[in-house]
Amino acid sequence: MSLNEEKVSQIAYLARLKLSDEELEINTNELNNILQLVEQLQEIEAEGVEPMAHPLHMSQRLRVDEVKEKDDSNNFQSIAPKTGNGHYLVPTVID
Amino acid sequence: MHTKTLTQLVDGLAKKEFSSTEITQHFINRIKSSKLNAFITVTEDLALEQARVADDRIANNDNGVLTGVPYAHKDIFCTKGVKTSAGSKMLDNFIAPYDSTVSHKLNTAGTVMLGKSNMDEFAMGSSNENSYYGSVKNPWNLNKIPGGSSGGSAASVAARLSPFATGTDTGGSIRQPSSLCGITGLKPTYGRVSRYGMIAYASSLDQAGPMTQTAEDAALVLNVMAGFDSKDSTSSDKNVEDYTAKLEDSIKGLKIGLPKEFFSEGLDDGVAENIMHAIKEFESMGASVKEISLPNSSYAIPTYYIVAPCECSSNLSRMDGVRYGYRCEDPKDLEDLYLRSRSEGFGKEVQRRIMIGAYALSAGYYDAYYLKAQKVRHLISDDFKRAFKDVDVVMGPVSPTTAFDLGSVKDPVSMYLADIYTLSANLAGLPGMSIPAGFSNNLPVGLQLIGNYWSESILLNIAHKFQQQTDWHNKAPKEY
Repeated sequence: MSLNEEKVSQIAYLARLKLSDEELEINTNELNNILQLVEQLQEIEAEGVEPMAHPLHMSQRLRVDEVKEKDDSNNFQSIAPKTGNGHYLVPTVID
Repeated sequence: MHTKTLTQLVDGLAKKEFSSTEITQHFINRIKSSKLNAFITVTEDLALEQARVADDRIANNDNGVLTGVPYAHKDIFCTKGVKTSAGSKMLDNFIAPYDSTVSHKLNTAGTVMLGKSNMDEFAMGSSNENSYYGSVKNPWNLNKIPGGSSGGSAASVAARLSPFATGTDTGGSIRQPSSLCGITGLKPTYGRVSRYGMIAYASSLDQAGPMTQTAEDAALVLNVMAGFDSKDSTSSDKNVEDYTAKLEDSIKGLKIGLPKEFFSEGLDDGVAENIMHAIKEFESMGASVKEISLPNSSYAIPTYYIVAPCECSSNLSRMDGVRYGYRCEDPKDLEDLYLRSRSEGFGKEVQRRIMIGAYALSAGYYDAYYLKAQKVRHLISDDFKRAFKDVDVVMGPVSPTTAFDLGSVKDPVSMYLADIYTLSANLAGLPGMSIPAGFSNNLPVGLQLIGNYWSESILLNIAHKFQQQTDWHNKAPKEY
């Protein structure tokens, strides 16, 4: 399986990354080298093997849904790039 | 004073031979005059304040074992009010609004944070060259890499800039730099140390641990770091042992397994020689050695480079320029904001791994990549299960070579091969250690110990016994 520049450009967009033409060429090359490395996985017969989701096969712990933290939004928003009236501000989405 | 081990400093503080303020100032001065680039942020004022509080606690007999001991904190742990960059331009302006559980535990114990240590961006790298803040230099040879991703932590302990350091290990990031800098590093069993507030790279693999001069020191630090945390749903509620309790146990009759796959092509002769010498040392102490096989370990690299990028592409989607971190100048719309903030904020290797993950998880490829990798991960884990029926510990090299030249490994795939012996323990979730075991061409060689689940105290015991017979762990680079 080999990726062309068009496909890499599509993947970059999926990951919300913007590549210049030069970066696109370099990345296409490097991603193909990495895919060639991981292609070795296809050699292994793993039919019927249980996929390992957790190293200790633990299941997700559940807890009671209760409020424990105090409202600390001013503190959290103090490090945001742009806020206003308790909201995070971004460029207009809908005119 | 800086040549003392953590254990010796603890002893000196208890006997009032020196104060925490004195040793803290001493280490701060060493850090400030160092040229290793081991720290991203030095927190001098905070350190001296913490030292003052520690001295009060000691004077009032209100102290714990580590009260007053300074340390370097990997810049991946959120530290309230202190910049936490994870080695990335993306978080260069990020002042953490809360403490990670590890930071909280270390603060409660009364330790003194000297600063935040340098690292590969978001812990992705094996040489520290992926840091936005420039590479750390190896104290044994300034032209060499210190290893990664916890390279600043390793260099700091090796150059005696701090008595201990914290590290995190997703594919070898504690063990490999420990090996390359000649110090002791321990990656605990997955789930032993809370990941809360530790900036996530690959959540099913990430685990924090201590980096120290000796195994005895590592036991003291792990005693503070380990434990259940309700804020981390993958942390284990298994009881925490006193990791110092078994240090002095005899290792007579210990069964050591040497996986033949860890001694195959690609292993440097000088490294192999030192490792075999260390194994002989264990035999002279009454241990027996057996060749074993971990047949699927050769697939650890392809498995890891699917699992880790998939998880990182998901974890790093939170870095979007909206709530914290870097935002591009004058975004023209929301999409432009996302695209430019992320491509300007992330470094090249991080972008590569995000793209590999995004591709492997995309529709139509999931079964061939992620699902297959998770199955092979199971096979790798089963190999160890089989091995631990016959042996108590698996040993081998940490890294196929000693520290290589800065700037010498340029293509990503060659760099990935540096982790060939460390990845398996992460994929299986097993604890692993690196301990100093000699030198090749004047550069340190680390011996790797991999134990069964929850066998940290056994690994520490084995390492401690070795360190009583050898003095590799006491060696520091001449100028330090």
